[in-house]
Amino acid sequence: MSMSQSTGDYQTAQTLETFGFLPKLTQDEVYDQIAYMVAQGWTPAIEHEHPSKSASYYWTMWKLPMFGQQDINAISAEIDACRRSYPDHHIRLIGYDNYTQSQGVCFVVHEGRS
Amino acid sequence: MAVKTYDAGVKEYRDMYWTPDYVPLDTDLLACFKCTGQTGVPREEVAAAVAAESSTGTWSTVWSELLTDLEYYKGRAYRIEDVPGDNESFYAFVAYPIDLFEEGSIVNVLTSLVGNVFGFKALRHLRLEDIRFPIAYIKTCGGPPAGIQVERDRLNKYGRPMLGCTIKPKLGLSAKNYGRAVYECLRGGLDLTKDDENVNSQPFMRWRDRFDFVAEAIRKAEQETGERKGHYLNVTSATPEDMYERAEYAKELGMPIIMHDFLTGGFTANTGLANWCRKNGMLLHIHRAMHAVIDRHPKHGIHFRVLAKCLRLSGGDHLHTGTVVGKLEGDRQSTLGFVDQLRESFVPEDRSRGVFFDQDWGSMPGVFAVASGGIHVWHMPALVTIFGDDSVLQFGGGTQGHPWGNAAGAAANRVALEACVKARNQGRELEKEGRDILTEAARHSPELAIAMETWKEIKFEFDTVDKLDVG
Repeated sequence: MSMSQSTGDYQTAQTLETFGFLPKLTQDEVYDQIAYMVAQGWTPAIEHEHPSKSASYYWTMWKLPMFGQQDINAISAEIDACRRSYPDHHIRLIGYDNYTQSQGVCFVVHEGRS
Repeated sequence: MAVKTYDAGVKEYRDMYWTPDYVPLDTDLLACFKCTGQTGVPREEVAAAVAAESSTGTWSTVWSELLTDLEYYKGRAYRIEDVPGDNESFYAFVAYPIDLFEEGSIVNVLTSLVGNVFGFKALRHLRLEDIRFPIAYIKTCGGPPAGIQVERDRLNKYGRPMLGCTIKPKLGLSAKNYGRAVYECLRGGLDLTKDDENVNSQPFMRWRDRFDFVAEAIRKAEQETGERKGHYLNVTSATPEDMYERAEYAKELGMPIIMHDFLTGGFTANTGLANWCRKNGMLLHIHRAMHAVIDRHPKHGIHFRVLAKCLRLSGGDHLHTGTVVGKLEGDRQSTLGFVDQLRESFVPEDRSRGVFFDQDWGSMPGVFAVASGGIHVWHMPALVTIFGDDSVLQFGGGTQGHPWGNAAGAAANRVALEACVKARNQGRELEKEGRDILTEAARHSPELAIAMETWKEIKFEFDTVDKLDVG
């Protein structure tokens, strides 16, 4: 086999950190990740930002973190509401872990048009 | 109080240093030694000799002992235990008063505990198995310059292990070609790349040239991927002056992380560099060259769990821990035991993991466990299970050996990692379903499919030399 047949060209991808290399998560898959976050006792939170400004640490918060919220449908509904309000923004879901004072999960659930 | 008189001569160690009724204080530093004495020497005498020679004692009584309160300063052998499955060795537990040690000095602790005593003739072998550092002492140590939580925030990496890779070949690349290899790995999806430990500043690539080219590689990869990237710039060098000069230049270039070899460089250099990093907002990756010389023999030396604890106190944000599954030695339970010591705020005694004492770390930040050495995509399910999220998984050959090159190799690893994390969060058992999870992920990633084909038969199945002691 010649070199041209055996090697491929890897194109650099714009990615948004965790899960950026997987195909876009389906609604069911997002549900599963929310269920995991809730089961860990982490506090769900939503952030959004215009793609042109997404490189900064801070994105804009969608309301307050959902303290005590265990209902996966309710969390999912907030993602949809955020998306309706900011259709061209990236939207990410965070699970705040107050024991480690960090984020147990953080991944983009919707990519805006850049 | 009894009157003390000077009685020159040689006394048995156990008269003074074997104190089976002693109840250790919360402020004592406790040590567990595995002792193998010369034939005919009683266990109590061996244990007392170890306590004496690693604290206040010497072979002969000296008059100046009477000028101090040795009852306050002496180390005490307070317990002896059988080693399971071993008739010739035993564990000796020794308590040292905290005032024997300079505050914040791992150098001082080790100079006492593993000093002359290891060459003592009455012993055939001696191994320091574990140290319980009192919280009062831990509070005097600087510890990791940043710690796990701060590093995650700086690098913007959450909910998964980080991915790294050591640039190969280890030696001989020019600085510009080296930076190319770094750039390719980072644009392909790795978070971090690493200087090999023996890359310092050799004739083929001087450090300043390497730092310059790597800095461009990182900036370009960050711009193009939109993610934060880093490269462990190795500042280990012949003198502290050289080390700090290189560290300063890395900072000037805006680099997030530098690297040091804590055993060949030494604890003085390491503690100093950790302090510099804390002061200058720099992360510190720690490699462990020379560790197997010290820790691999099951009856002599220092167990790695002790070296790992010492490093957390001396300071480092990452520490190599072995992989369990790759090309280098590492028993699973034992590895889990010292990985806990790096990351947790409290680790209870657990003999099944080789942990001899409860260890309270207080507010000391945690250290990322680094798994590196002979691992590839097929190991990913096991690595995510063993090491969890607070780790750096480093695939050197497993990235750069990809038939399409570094970027595709990096992407293959990133896809495999994220597929495993996603599946784990969905409640799937990674080690059982690993093949299915990777195969599904490879359907969307030709890079992963090729990596799986390339390394499908590669395993490293040798028996561990240093096993935990079990009956």
